[in-house]
Amino acid sequence: MNTASLMTTLPVLAAGMAGIFAVLGVLIGAVALLNRLTGRK
Amino acid sequence: MNIAQAFTGLFANFANITWQMVVMWGIGGLLIYLAIARKMEPSLLLPMGFGAILVNLPLSGAITQGQTEGPLSVLFRAGMANELFPLLLFIGIGAMIDFGPLLEKPWLMLFGGAAQLGIFLTFAAAGLFFELNDAASIAIIGAADGPTAIFVANTLGSRYLGAIMVAAYSYMALVPIVQPPVIRLVTTRKERRIRMEYKKGSVSRATRILFPLVVTVTAGLVAPASVALVGFLMFGNLLRECGVLNALSETAQNVLANLITIVLGLTVASQMTAEQFVRPDTLLILALGLFAFVFDTVGGVLFAKLINLFLPEGRKINPMIGAAGISAFPMSGRVVNQMGLAEDNQNFLLMYSISVNVSGQIASVIAGGLLLALMGA
Repeated sequence: MNTASLMTTLPVLAAGMAGIFAVLGVLIGAVALLNRLTGRK
Repeated sequence: MNIAQAFTGLFANFANITWQMVVMWGIGGLLIYLAIARKMEPSLLLPMGFGAILVNLPLSGAITQGQTEGPLSVLFRAGMANELFPLLLFIGIGAMIDFGPLLEKPWLMLFGGAAQLGIFLTFAAAGLFFELNDAASIAIIGAADGPTAIFVANTLGSRYLGAIMVAAYSYMALVPIVQPPVIRLVTTRKERRIRMEYKKGSVSRATRILFPLVVTVTAGLVAPASVALVGFLMFGNLLRECGVLNALSETAQNVLANLITIVLGLTVASQMTAEQFVRPDTLLILALGLFAFVFDTVGGVLFAKLINLFLPEGRKINPMIGAAGISAFPMSGRVVNQMGLAEDNQNFLLMYSISVNVSGQIASVIAGGLLLALMGA
């Protein structure tokens, strides 16, 4: 069992989850903005 | 050569049968059984099952043997080694997805993100036993998304593509069996009975058209390796939403998707030869795939429970909807809705759970792209 791999994989875990929420955060903001700009008054 | 010798020669190939090949015939038969009798992902499990038998006949002409090229090996090089088939299939899938309900309530995308936890936890777990490129490829089983799994495993050059595909599609089909006990384990009955009022909103045509462009640009900038994957999915969706290419949209949803699906399963099976598949690693990969699905579910549910800590009574979220954040569409959304109804026959969660399920389709592709970017692919 290669426990040394955790030194590489755990940072990827943290960066990956942070990255997903960052990208989705941008998308949520963009959709909210689009809904506001293009929604019916 | 006398007649007896010639006749005996016809059966010489029987001597080349190995027990590993027989195991693969059994696995092929099982996949065909699950496809036909249990209706589990039949469009993929049936070709994969048939292909598994086809390539595991001794000296099978379906795959390359020495200097003689086999058609499935040619198909693999032409459409899988370069990721063409999964990408083309993504155009069809993109054209099938209605993002409308999700665009009404974009905050539901957060659950799609949380439910990718299993991918990254599995990466850490698989890294204990496998090389990192294989670990990342195994982890992507948790995307619950066949084309993404093929794309990532191919890009990272994993030698376990066959096992990864079998695990990905099998667990997608097994969502109604895998998810409910996990959801029950991490929720209370009171939480499962939380009702969520649904108010129908509206989404403008401009938002529907601009959304695929925004997703492509955003995901492409963060994870350039994913731009083909995200881009093809969103191109399909743009065909659907633009309103002027209905014929192309319908072709992508039906003809294109069906054509690719027929060859995809058979082509994947070309990687299911006994020497590649019948080994202890395969069992470990199947176990890690299950681990990924379990922790995807746990991640989504726990994230909803975390949000509930900050919400007042009466506005709390049913944490089960978080479990629908995996990409297995629409099975996961339906499972959550059925579980809500089983606890309270007036607890309709379908609009929320399906929206979260759709968000899982975007999030899983982004997760695949991020994994590739973080692996330096």
